[in-house]
This record gives sequence, C-alpha cells and structure tokens, in this order.
Amino acid sequence: MTAKRYSLLSLFREGLNGHKGWQPAWRAAEPKRRYDAVIIGGGGHGCATAYYLAKEHGLTNIAVIEKGWIGGGNAGRNTTIIRSNYLYDESAAIYDHAMQLWKGLGRELNFNIMMSHRGVLNLAHDDNEMRQLKRRVEANQLNGVDAEWLDAKQVKEYCPIISISPDVRYPVLGATLQRSGGVNRHDAVVWGYARAASALGVDFIEKCEVTGIEIENGKVTGVRTTKGDIKTGKLASVTAGHSSVTAKMAGIRLPIESHPLQALVSEPLKPIHNCVVMSNAVHAYCSQSDKGELVIGAGIDPHISYTQRGAFSILEEEIAALLELFPIFSRLRLMRHWGGIVDVCPDASAIISKTPVAGFYINGGWGTGGWKATPGSGHVFADLIANDKPNDIAAPFTLERFETGKLVAEHGAAAVAH
Amino acid sequence: MNQPFRLPEGGLIDRDKPVTFRFDGKSYGGFAGDTLASALLANGVHHVARSFKYHRPRGILGAGPEDPAALVQLEPNTARTEPNLRATEIELYEGLNAGAQNCWPSLGFDIGAINDVFSRFFPAGFYYKTFMGGPGWMFFERFIRASAGLGVAPGEIDPDHYEHTNRHCDVLIIGAGPAGLAAARAAASTGARVILAEQTAHPGGQLLDEAAGQTTIDGMSARDWVKAVREEIEAAPEAMVLTRTNGFGYYNDNWFALCQQLQDHLPLAERDANKPRQRLWHVRARHIILATGAIERPLVFAGNDRPGVMLAGAVRHYLHRHAVLPGRRAAILANNNSAWQTAFDLKTAGAEMAAILDTRPDAPQVLRDRAEALGIPVKTGAAVTGTLGRRRIKAARTGDIEGDRIAIGSAEMIGCDLLAVSGGWSPNVALFSQSRGQLRYDDDIAGFRPARSWQEEATVGAANGTFDLAACLAEGAAAGANAARVAGFDDASQSVPRVSAPHAIDYDITPAWRLPMERKTDRAFVDMHNDVTSKDLDLAVREGYRSVEHAKRYTTLGMGTDQGKTSSVNGFGILSEILDTPIPEIGVTTYRPPFKPVTFGAVAGQHVGANFHPRRTTPMHEAHVEVGATFEIVGDWLRARVYPRAGEDFDAALQRECKAARTQLGMLDASTLGKIDIRGKNAREFLNRIYSNAWLKLPPGRCRYGLMLNEDGMVFDDGVTACLSDDHFHMTTTTGGAAGVLNWLEDYAQTEWPDLEVYLTSVTEQWAVASLCGPNSTALMAELLDDLDPDPESFPFMSWRPAHIAGIPVRVFRISFTGELSYEINIPARYGRWLWDRCMALGEKHGITPYGTEGMHLLRAEAGFVIVGQDTDGTVTPIDLGMDWAVKKTADFVGARSLTRPDTARTDRRQFVGLLSEDPTIVLPEGSQIIATPHETEPRTPMIGYVTSSYMSPNFSRSIALGLVEGGHTRMGEPVYVANKNGTPHRASISPVNFLKELGGAS
Repeated sequence: MTAKRYSLLSLFREGLNGHKGWQPAWRAAEPKRRYDAVIIGGGGHGCATAYYLAKEHGLTNIAVIEKGWIGGGNAGRNTTIIRSNYLYDESAAIYDHAMQLWKGLGRELNFNIMMSHRGVLNLAHDDNEMRQLKRRVEANQLNGVDAEWLDAKQVKEYCPIISISPDVRYPVLGATLQRSGGVNRHDAVVWGYARAASALGVDFIEKCEVTGIEIENGKVTGVRTTKGDIKTGKLASVTAGHSSVTAKMAGIRLPIESHPLQALVSEPLKPIHNCVVMSNAVHAYCSQSDKGELVIGAGIDPHISYTQRGAFSILEEEIAALLELFPIFSRLRLMRHWGGIVDVCPDASAIISKTPVAGFYINGGWGTGGWKATPGSGHVFADLIANDKPNDIAAPFTLERFETGKLVAEHGAAAVAH
Repeated sequence: MNQPFRLPEGGLIDRDKPVTFRFDGKSYGGFAGDTLASALLANGVHHVARSFKYHRPRGILGAGPEDPAALVQLEPNTARTEPNLRATEIELYEGLNAGAQNCWPSLGFDIGAINDVFSRFFPAGFYYKTFMGGPGWMFFERFIRASAGLGVAPGEIDPDHYEHTNRHCDVLIIGAGPAGLAAARAAASTGARVILAEQTAHPGGQLLDEAAGQTTIDGMSARDWVKAVREEIEAAPEAMVLTRTNGFGYYNDNWFALCQQLQDHLPLAERDANKPRQRLWHVRARHIILATGAIERPLVFAGNDRPGVMLAGAVRHYLHRHAVLPGRRAAILANNNSAWQTAFDLKTAGAEMAAILDTRPDAPQVLRDRAEALGIPVKTGAAVTGTLGRRRIKAARTGDIEGDRIAIGSAEMIGCDLLAVSGGWSPNVALFSQSRGQLRYDDDIAGFRPARSWQEEATVGAANGTFDLAACLAEGAAAGANAARVAGFDDASQSVPRVSAPHAIDYDITPAWRLPMERKTDRAFVDMHNDVTSKDLDLAVREGYRSVEHAKRYTTLGMGTDQGKTSSVNGFGILSEILDTPIPEIGVTTYRPPFKPVTFGAVAGQHVGANFHPRRTTPMHEAHVEVGATFEIVGDWLRARVYPRAGEDFDAALQRECKAARTQLGMLDASTLGKIDIRGKNAREFLNRIYSNAWLKLPPGRCRYGLMLNEDGMVFDDGVTACLSDDHFHMTTTTGGAAGVLNWLEDYAQTEWPDLEVYLTSVTEQWAVASLCGPNSTALMAELLDDLDPDPESFPFMSWRPAHIAGIPVRVFRISFTGELSYEINIPARYGRWLWDRCMALGEKHGITPYGTEGMHLLRAEAGFVIVGQDTDGTVTPIDLGMDWAVKKTADFVGARSLTRPDTARTDRRQFVGLLSEDPTIVLPEGSQIIATPHETEPRTPMIGYVTSSYMSPNFSRSIALGLVEGGHTRMGEPVYVANKNGTPHRASISPVNFLKELGGAS
C-alpha cells in the first residue's frame, strides 16, 4: 500500500473531492503466525522503534501489538515538553539525539507533528537552584546542547506574563533557556510513526493484549496474546507504566516503582503564553497548546499505584504553584485533568537493555521524562534489537548498571539546601 | 426596558427588580432571576457567539452547563474578566457587561468566518497534513494559534480570593432535582449528616421547567413541593443544601470535590472583598447519591447549528423559569415524545406552531390528538435538511425520510424563528463514570446508564435512565433511606411522594443519530463547540481512526469546554452507524473531571501569595531585620545572609564578618538547622543503622558527626547528633533536608525495622540556636553561663552540657562548622531573641560580629567542610568526600552494600578536593566544569569534574574553591582547567580541602 502523500496540494485536491480519497493512516492488521520481531506496546516509543527497525534496519516483517488503541497510554497523556538540557553526559547524549531527530521528524514522517521549538525555561528561585542550573548550563554547552542562562529581567523579556516580583515566596532569580526546546502534538507523533511504519510493512495490531511470553532454553520463542500465539525470536517490551508487569512475564524483576502522574488543561484561550516554563521549586510546568489550552503538569503522586489517577490534593498544590508563577491565571478555569502511570528507576533514568532472556529487550523506566526522548529512544532501541548489542548512546542505560552502580543519577540534581 | 419576547406573567423572575446589562456593546433589560441567556432571549437575541473553528454564528442551544457554544467574555477588559463563560449559567446582575469572543472585528461581521467559506479544505485533522514545508511549522503556528483559542485571559491580578473547606458527611447528594430532593429528604429525616448540592441557584430541576400546575406532588404544585422539601431538609439538624455548587469531581474512597459560587451572582459593587468569591468543598461521604439528571441531545442535521435552533427542553426551561418565549413561530424536530410537550407549551404560551416534525415513522395517538386539539400540524417520518437565516433561523427545509435519504419531491420550506429539537436524553453519567462505575448501553432509552457501582454510591432518577417522575421520586427516596441506613441511621421516613401528572408523556425514543442530507456540501454539526461535523467522523473512520478514542482525538469531538455533554453520545451513535458496529462495542470515551470547569483560584484556595508555602523565620529574625541584614531563601526558611553596615556592599560585609569570626568573635543564627529528638530503647541501634559511621559507643554528653546515605550509598544528609542519655539522642540535619530526613527516618522505623523501639519527634522549632565562634567565644560564654565552665580543656570539642543562662535551661554544644573554637547554645525558642540581644550586648567588648549564611559558607569552605546539597549532588559517597573514617566496617547500615558495587568502589570516581586558581584574584565560578586540558572548549569536551563552592577568602587573602574531580584524591598539586565561556580556561591546582591547614598553617 502506498499512502497518499500529505501536502497542501493533496489537501486541496481532496477538498474538491469531498475527502473521499484518503486512506487509513495505518493498516489495521490481524496477527500473522510469525514475525521477525514483535514490539509490545503501541505508544510513542513502540511506534518509533517499529519505524526505525523497518527504515534503518530493513526489518519489515514485524508487528506492534497494543492492548488498547495506539497512543492511548502515556503517549496520549503527557504534556509534550521537549528539551535535552540534561546534566549528565549520558542523558544529554540520548535526549539530544532525540532533539536532533525531532527537528526534522514532521517532514520525515510526512505528518505534521506540530513541533514548536518555542523555548523551555527552567526557573531558579534560590541561590542553590541558581548554582545547580548554572552548572547544568555549563555542562550542556560543553556537551553541545543548546543552553543559556537568563537573569530575571531576561526571563521577563522572554516570557512577559511571568511574575518576577522579588517580594514573593519564590522569586524568579534567573532561568536556563533551551531555545530548541518546546512542545509538539503527541497524538500526531504516534500516528505519524504508525503511518510511516505501516507504509514500510509493519503490522499494527490493536486490542491485542499480551498474556504470556514463550521462552525455551533461556531464549524467547514467541508471545501469547488475546489474539493467539505469535512466534518470534525478538520480543521487545515498550510498555511504559507496566514495564514491570511485562518483564515479569519473562521472569524478570525490574528495579522500577510505578506512580501516578497527573496533568491538566485549562479552557482554550487566545495566545497568552509563548514558551514553556518549568519550575522545580514551586513544582509546576506550563505551556499553551496550539488550540489555546494551558497545559500544566507537576510531580508524581508519591504513592505507588497502577490506577491511572492520583489525588486531587496533588492538583491543588500544582495549581497553587502555577498561580505563584502566573498570578494572572487565577480566574481561568480547569477544564480537564487526568493521570497516567510512570515507571521510575532508582536513578530516574531509563532502561534500554537486553535482558537475561535472550531475544527479550526492554525499553522503559523513563519516569516523567519519556515523551521528549521518543525518537531517540526508538532509534537506539531499534538498533539494539537489530544488532543484539547496545550502541554508544544506549549503552549507559542497560540493566547492568543497577549491579555495578554506574547510575545515571539525574534525580540527584535536585539537591537540598544547607 | 423593552423585552419583546418576555411573557406578561409567570416564571421565577422578580419583575419588581429590573436589571440593566450590556452584551456586545448594546444595552438591554432583564429581571432578577434571569440568566444572561434568558435575558438575551427575552430581548430576541439568539446570535451570541462565533464558533471555534469556522467562526459560524452560534446561538443558545441549551439552558445549563451542557450548552456547547453560547460562550461569552464576562466583564471584558477588567481585572474580573472571565473568558468562555456560558451565557446559560451566568446569573444576571445589575450592570453586567458581557462581550462576544473569538470574533473580529465584531460578532456580526467576523473576518474569521472566511474559514467557513473554505471549510471544505479544513476538515478534521487538516493540520496534520500540511504546514510542514516552506517556512515550516513555526511560521504557520502563529496564525493557527491566533485563530484558535476562544476568550481572552485576564491581564491583571485577580482581585478576589478563594477558600477551601473540609467536611465529612453520611450522605452526599449531587443534584437537587426531584430524585435528589426525595433522596435528601429521606436521608435527612434520619438525623444523618446530609449535604445536598445543586449547581444552579434553585433546587427543583425539571420540575421548574414545566408549566405551573402541570404536576402535583403530595397534593402540592410541583413548585410548592420543591419549596416544602427544601425547607424540610434545611430544618433537619444535620443537613444542608448548597446551591450554586458544582459537584465536579468524584475521586477514590468517596472523596468528592465541589465548588460553590458565593458572590458571582452579585453586582460588582455589592461583592464583599472580605469574603471569598468561591469555596471549594472537600467532602468525604459514607455514601453518595448521584441525582444528576439527564442531558438532552440535539439532532444531527444540515444547518443544525443555526442560532434559533434550541434544545426542546431548554425551550421549556426559558418558557417556564424565565417567562421567555424563545420564538414566535416555532417548529419542533424530535425522535422521541418528550419534545412534543414543548410544542404544546409554546402553543399555550401564545406562540404559533408551524409544525411538529418527528423523525419516527409514527407517533403515539394520544400526542397526535393533543396536537390536533391545539391546531398544531404534525409530520412524522420527517427530517430537517437545511435551515435558512443568517443570524437567526428564518426557515427550515423539511422532507420525508426514505431509508437513508430524503424522498424526492417531499421537500417543503417551513418558516420559523425557532426550531426546538430533541435527539433524546442521555443520563448524565459523568460523575458516575468518574467514580469508575461501569456503564451499559440501554436500547430502550438510547443512552448509557449506570450498570455497576464501583464505590459506595447509588445513581437515581434520570441519571439512572429513569425518566418517569413518580419512579424518579420513588428511586430517590429509597436510595436516600438506604444511604442513611448504610451510614447507621435506620428510621428513614418511608413515605414515597405521590405524583399526579395526568398529561405526563412517556419518553419513547427511536434513535436517529444523523438525519439524511440532500446535498454533498451540507454539513451537520455533532460537536457545536469544536465544529465537528458528521462528515468529520466519516473522514476519521476512513483514515483508520476507528477506535472511539482515536476518532475523538482526531476530530476533537467532545474535547471543548463543554466536554461533549451534548455531543458525545451522538458521536458514538454516528460512529456505530459508520462502522456498522453496535454502540456497546463502540464504547464510550473516558469521562474526566471536572464535570464542568472550575476556577484555578478556587482549586488553589487560600494557598496563594504569602500562604502558598508559608515562609519560616527564626525567633531571632527581627534582630536581623533591625540591623538591615539581607536575607536568603533556604528551603522553607528565610535566613540572614550578610549584615552590611552603612556604606558597605555585600562583599565588604562578608569579608569583615568572616575576618571577625576567625580573629575575634562571630555569631550565627543557626536556629534553622533541622533538629530531631530520638528516643527509645533501640535509639542507638537505629542511629547505627541509619548513619554510615559507628554509634554504639557514643557516651552521654558526647556528640558525633554523622553521614546519612541513601540506598545507593550516596550521601544525602549530614549533621551532628548528641547523646543525651543512653536511650535519648538529639539529631541535627541540614536546614533544607530536615523534613526529608524525618520522613526517611520514619519510613525506616515504621516499615523496615518495626522491631526497633524508637520514637522520632521534630523539635526544630522548639530550640533557638546561637552559634558563637572565634577566639573570644570562651570569654563571652563564661559571662553568659550561670553554672558551666566553658574552658575548652574541661568542656572539650564534640561534647555537650546542660547549663543555665540567667536561669533559663540551655544545652551547649561544643561543635564547629568553621574550624574555629565554637559553642552552640540551644535555648527554648521563646528566649531566642533575648539570647541574641544578650550576646550582642555582652559581646560588644569582645568584638562580637553577627555573620550570616554567606559567611558560614565561606568559613566552612576555609575549613574544607562539605555542604551536602552544594558540594554533593546525590552521586557522592563518603569515600568520594574523603571521609572513609565515617564508614564503619563492623556493622550494616543503609547504603553499605552499594559501596562495594564495582562502579561505586572505583578509585577514580569524582572526588572532593580543594581548587586553587593560579591567579589568586580569580574566584572560579561555581558550577563551572573542570576539563583536563586547556584547549578550546568545543562541544563534547570531556568533563572531569566541576566547581561546587568558590569564594574570596578574607583570611587567606586569595580565592579558594572546592570541587569534585575525577581521581582528585590522588592528584594533589596537579593542574586542571576550569572552562570559561568568556575566554581561555582558568588554570587551577588540586589541593586538600582543609585550607586552614593548607594555607593558614593550622594543624
């Protein structure tokens, strides 16, 4: 099947034709008996993995199996913030790899993912935070990640609606700015990857839940699903929110705790907020979607849970934090809130790894930061699956690090003050 | 004031209180008791808004929160402005000013309507297919963003405030329609704690939307019954009725959130700034009854969004509640019986009835008879295939339905200025769904209704798919009694209200999810908020977005501010037809809170401004303020940073303070350090497991510095702990880490080692702490203390003594964070200020100089002491810090095992060292990265460490720095380079951390 190319011209032609000529973005497939590789999980990372496997490694006899509908998990629940200004070399490498892929992704997939490089501000509210963030800027610059330090006045120029009054509980003392950071349209990314991968021959099998993993002599031989058994020698789990559940089917216990993470949107408004603002100290982040909604997130609910919802008290804190940064938002209204589940590793970094079971690969544990990594994660994971060996970018994220202690301790950056 | 569509009598309005208001720049009249929508309709104004995408004229479709499109900007260009408010929900007040939104230059003539002309090129998801090339998305995005959005956010600080309140109750009832009232009465009669919440200003629900006298309940008119029941409930000792209260969120464990409007209905001048605007209720209920009614669906036909097309139930609402005739010549279009009542009521109220059009092939004879008696023409098997009129409907084109098309030659034009439609009623199951209850699709009512509760909950009345009034009342009363019984209140009144409604109409629906269209270019709107047409759903399915969630997201169906109240079920029905799949298999999209939008300010409540995270100050704080100290935010605390004297800048003050502390006498307010009282017979063992160093042999009277590691073996807090007695210890923590450490200790005490008897109490606020430092400190201590000799010989370093100062019991610790002779006096907090002043007075002759946090940081850096959180970042072990001595080999402790992991045990890890810049005048910037070679700092330059702390030392007259450097402990004296983005890297050499010893010759 050759998909009709999306363009202004094709849109115009179809407009005259009543849009009768469009084809499904991706083929709805039923499982074959055997695939060269099967990816469990049709989220952003799973669809990206399938796309890169097909495109860069020539593996086209592959399937993505999805319990619900593609993009229905964390891919459809996140606040779509894209940035790569991570402190440590290992993180900067993978997130910046993703950033470089994001830049051309819409054109590459021929699907407008609305990648808006409108800039991400990370605010500092006290001396200790300033010290931490300046350190990060320095490290970013040496790592080739675009980063700069803004003082409070420059913050106000970049984001005019922010309050930089010195007389508030958390004054804005400065911020890091990553100009290439921004937001995009999460559904479009999933659909765009699925469409492009489908065109390369990848089967997308929805409403198909994995019920077991077949292992013989320490090697994967297949996967059992609600749509029947599928034979495969390469099985990849990309099941954010349930990584531990899937891994357990292969007898593997992951060092992951799963928490609810909530987000919310306001009613749609005319443009008022032109960048992405994040604050660790008050604990909120906010951008405005192209549709006009303020998209707001915060930290995880502290309890461990597989229910995709958290406590309202967390939202109250989140919105109070938002109003601390943007007092003028007080009369705006909460339109919708929801939750997802995030898998958190002890060092707050991801797992992209082979496992003790040959032919079984895991990509997960992205915590709250998975969305921005999507293309990079899929790209290096595809490489790992194809070559049975992690490449340089993926290598620091193997499971072995929890035995050796070579952690990528990103949560350490948020340290206490004396 | 001229209100041409106001009926001469009736309605729940107060004709003695006329109200003047403005809409879209024009002045109108209404009455108290009106909503903005009813008042506009009374003035004949139907066109009130422009739609989201195509900027089509939109009118008032509904009468409550379900209305998808009648959105206005309230009080534009003021601090109290609010975008996207529904005209149907705004209670009219004197002087109200509402503006049209999402239109330019005006509501009547909107340039954006060009989108509608070219709408064929802008179907659902068009933006996914274009704007990728040329100048790229960042260019096009500006235009898309400008045309999207709806109203305008306020530009000023909210002048109002909000509050939260918490309640427990036995029975919470959401919705004060007939079922909710019956439930609340039954429950309240038992003495149970009952809260009845109603979103509008008046309980009564549908009973207020019918002609007076149409129904009698218990021998009273419906309205009198409502009044009587309300009074009865409010008279019950433990019951309350909350009106204007949006029960918006049903969470776990029967925890419910409601938002009550307290002042929004008042004229601006009458609002009391001392009272909250809205109050958010947190209610935990033993049992919850959802009596949330049903929401009427429009029909999906060409031109169904024209102003003047209204829901049939909403027409009855305006007719009977507000005495407004929404049209003078009306037609009805319905697929069920309920809308026929609207025709009868309109006719009775004096409107001309052009026709009743029913999509069903036939209609019950009893209705036909009544229509005939009133002289209303009836047409069954009929559809509307188009509407005429620019800003208000002028005519509807009708035709006979023949399968999925219109019979040729059956077209007829019907002149009308109102088209009342009903596509059936959807039980309002949003809250039930939020509670995680399961829904099932019921063919009889063509809607989803509750199937199985997930929490302690019952759904009653129309929300449960029960549309007959008597049945609603019976269901409500039974649920109310049962809920009270569940909560332990047995003697509910068993009386079920008796209903007499001789002309009540059965519901009886035959769904018609979308009516046939005649022309290819016709458009029928499913979601009038987001401009989603039935063709958009066709397109979504054609493009593979077949799952209901995909179709929703692709088309944006139900994702507007109305959250699909009128559109979702129609969308599911249409998808079911397109996919040829039964509706139950289509399923529903998730209902998410809030049921209707809630003001952010209300959600934040009083936790804004100064109350967001209250700032903590020490008992000595005012003393610092009085001498003009500058302050630093440290965790929750505000700490004095430096004490500049007149004419002194920050650096000069700092240098002076630090010099004095080493050469004479310095005093620091150390009250903010975390303090935890640890007791119990296993307290010692507990410390031994928590700290990396050994604690079993510390005798009473002695203190010890301890390091706390996380499970990865990384340092996460430090401090000095004193042994008060064998089973009693006083722990100190970092200021910012105090709360986290207590949580950590409790976590271990309660979940990991429940066998240990240990009790933890935060005593941070109980003690004020003055830290005296410098050669003259002993002299001052000698003057201060009643009963203790401070001589360092008899009172050695790392010990503590109880003592008295002016008769006040104090604890004195001989501990130091400066490397200098020091005493820390802990005094009960209420004497803190007194102690500070006393020290200042007695210390004057000894050259006492208060120093702040900045001085403390500098002094400790001179001594090479680590600040956890500044010199560490969660990746640093005690060994990395050069504190091998603080790691015991004899017993287990938290983090011990990790220290032996291969990577953690590496000897070339980043290690804590001193850094001396080659140029002693250069203070290496904190956070700078350390590189091995001085070459150009190009991207991907390997970093071998970074500068953690850096100062100009007054005592050594040169700069000093601390940092973490790979293999630093074995590289003493070696050169490294500090990246400098403004020039060549700074050269520095690695040194031991104790500069007192290195540079000052201290031993």
